[in-house]
Amino acid sequence: MKKLIIGLFISILPALTLAAAGSVPLDTMEPDHADKVSLQRGAALFTNYCMGCHSMEYARYKRVSEDLGIPQELYEENLIFTGAKIGELMKISMDKDMAADWFGAPPPDLTLETRLRGEDWVYSYLRGFYKDDSRPLGVNNVVFENVGMPHVLADLQGLCAVEPEIGTDASVDPLSGDVRNGGVCSEWASEGSMTPQEFNSAMYDLTNFMSYMGDPVKLERHRLGMFVLIFVAIFFIFAYLLNREYWKDVH
Amino acid sequence: MNKLLNWVDERLPVVDAWNKHLGKYYAPKNFNVWYFFGSLAMLVLVNQLITGIWLTMSYNPSGEGAFASVEYIMRDVQWGWLLRYLHSTGASAFFVVVYLHMFRGLMYGSYQKPRELIWIFGMLIYLVLMAEAFMGYLLPWGQMSYWGAQVIINLFGAIPVIGEDLSLWIRGDYLISGITLNRFFALHVVALPIVLLGLVVLHILALHEVGSNNPDGIDIKKNKDENGVPKDGIPFHPYYTVHDLMGVGVFFFIFFIVVFFFPEMGGLFLEKPNFEPANPLKTPDHIAPVWYFTPFYAMLRAVTVDLFGLDAKFWGVVVMGGAIAILFVVPWLDKSPVRSMRYKGWLSRSALAIFVVSFIILGYLGIVPATEGRTTVAQILTTLYFAFFILMPFYTRMEKTKPVPERVTG
Repeated sequence: MKKLIIGLFISILPALTLAAAGSVPLDTMEPDHADKVSLQRGAALFTNYCMGCHSMEYARYKRVSEDLGIPQELYEENLIFTGAKIGELMKISMDKDMAADWFGAPPPDLTLETRLRGEDWVYSYLRGFYKDDSRPLGVNNVVFENVGMPHVLADLQGLCAVEPEIGTDASVDPLSGDVRNGGVCSEWASEGSMTPQEFNSAMYDLTNFMSYMGDPVKLERHRLGMFVLIFVAIFFIFAYLLNREYWKDVH
Repeated sequence: MNKLLNWVDERLPVVDAWNKHLGKYYAPKNFNVWYFFGSLAMLVLVNQLITGIWLTMSYNPSGEGAFASVEYIMRDVQWGWLLRYLHSTGASAFFVVVYLHMFRGLMYGSYQKPRELIWIFGMLIYLVLMAEAFMGYLLPWGQMSYWGAQVIINLFGAIPVIGEDLSLWIRGDYLISGITLNRFFALHVVALPIVLLGLVVLHILALHEVGSNNPDGIDIKKNKDENGVPKDGIPFHPYYTVHDLMGVGVFFFIFFIVVFFFPEMGGLFLEKPNFEPANPLKTPDHIAPVWYFTPFYAMLRAVTVDLFGLDAKFWGVVVMGGAIAILFVVPWLDKSPVRSMRYKGWLSRSALAIFVVSFIILGYLGIVPATEGRTTVAQILTTLYFAFFILMPFYTRMEKTKPVPERVTG
């Protein structure tokens, strides 16, 4: 019987290694929701560069300002462009039908993007743009082939003339311990205002912010989870002792 | 207090019911770890009912509002994220404990005479649970909710003559729409839970009528003392209530690790494509049902030949339905003179091991995209799955069983 049980467990193992095997190699991005400074930088980047087209319509500004430690007035003044109240959902003013005409498909809402595609994908995608004159907008992406999105961050990153190398050599930042990648582009069509390292770091922050937006309760959940597990463990000790006491008379 | 109890008892048999089902329900004293999962299934059922009721308070069952209302629950409703993760993890946990509970039944012959009805009620519970889970999975209105439901409902379309009309009738529309969502919501939160609770009551009433089986498969009622109490029996309360409390502790520890730290379980409990709202115009690359359906999904896909002028898809549906239907007749397939695997021969043991391994690998194959090689493996495993049942009358009769002891062995 024991052998049967062990056999069962071994046969379950392959199911546990289930992975969404993407065909494109990706860079690794470990989000850190406790790094508020990174999240604040990411929020600023997202609001300035992404929110023209991409909403975060399941989230509210107020929650972001509270979780990220940005004072409400400061947030309202600098990070709300639509005239929305701070308690409102983070919607945008772009009309979806018109956007579909412009880009082929309306730019998707990004609240849950990291949960849909994963942080690695977003981080790699943001750094995967390159010059491709055969495309209507003159750019293509190694992670998302024939993407309809323009390279919005070209004035920061510059525009890579060749396909960037994503998912090749991951490096660990010695100061922060974050896994970040070095230069991915070997030849530039135009220069940006940031060095490749600065841009990688900025994209880490942006991805980190998006990761937080996808799962804003993660830190709180982990913190509470520890207390719950400790409680259950103590409960088990009492249940065990109670059981032992009763079962003394059973022979 | 005693007066109140007497007052009630004269009008309603509460003392009698307590004694029949707990205080003087004598259960064999040799229950092992496999006997935790029945009460754990009850625990998960209660979890699903309570969290489900609170989720309906904020959920919006419409094509336009469903997805956003789930995110509203996750972000704006106080403790909404916890309610939802308890419910979504609970759904998977339900199937984990039910599968283990069913395996226990197969291993110790708990379906054999006189427990055939308990087994049938249990199978009906499993069937309703699958319907309940399937309909509940549409409610978040994500891409996988939508396309999963699309694939499954389309299966009915494979039935000759009436198929197309039948799937139209189920959907209430020409494609999955808000109408489908609304009716699934009604069935998920009202109709099926009522049926489920009724079946659970029948399952337990039938169990308490004939008494629990045990790992030795011995009838403890054959050996009674002078008071008519089985010598190997102990009152369910307090002995098994405190015992199950311990099981609850272990279960909750594992359950809460998932709820608080891995609520998506790597895409197994909450599939990644479901973080995108349902879009009827965009088919996902790879549609897979949730893990607890995948063994049957793999069997469905394993059938690739047209037969008697009927489409392979139809035969796939027949195989899938047959895989569940055949479980109902297990009590009459097992011809062994003994109940428990402990006293059956090596043929039965190997058959059960092969069956379980086949089921698990089929579950894996149902998750991953089909390839030619995988389909071949799925075909072999589907054959083995059915062989376990179809050959059962032969191998249980042929093999040499060990003598069953008079009293339980602990």
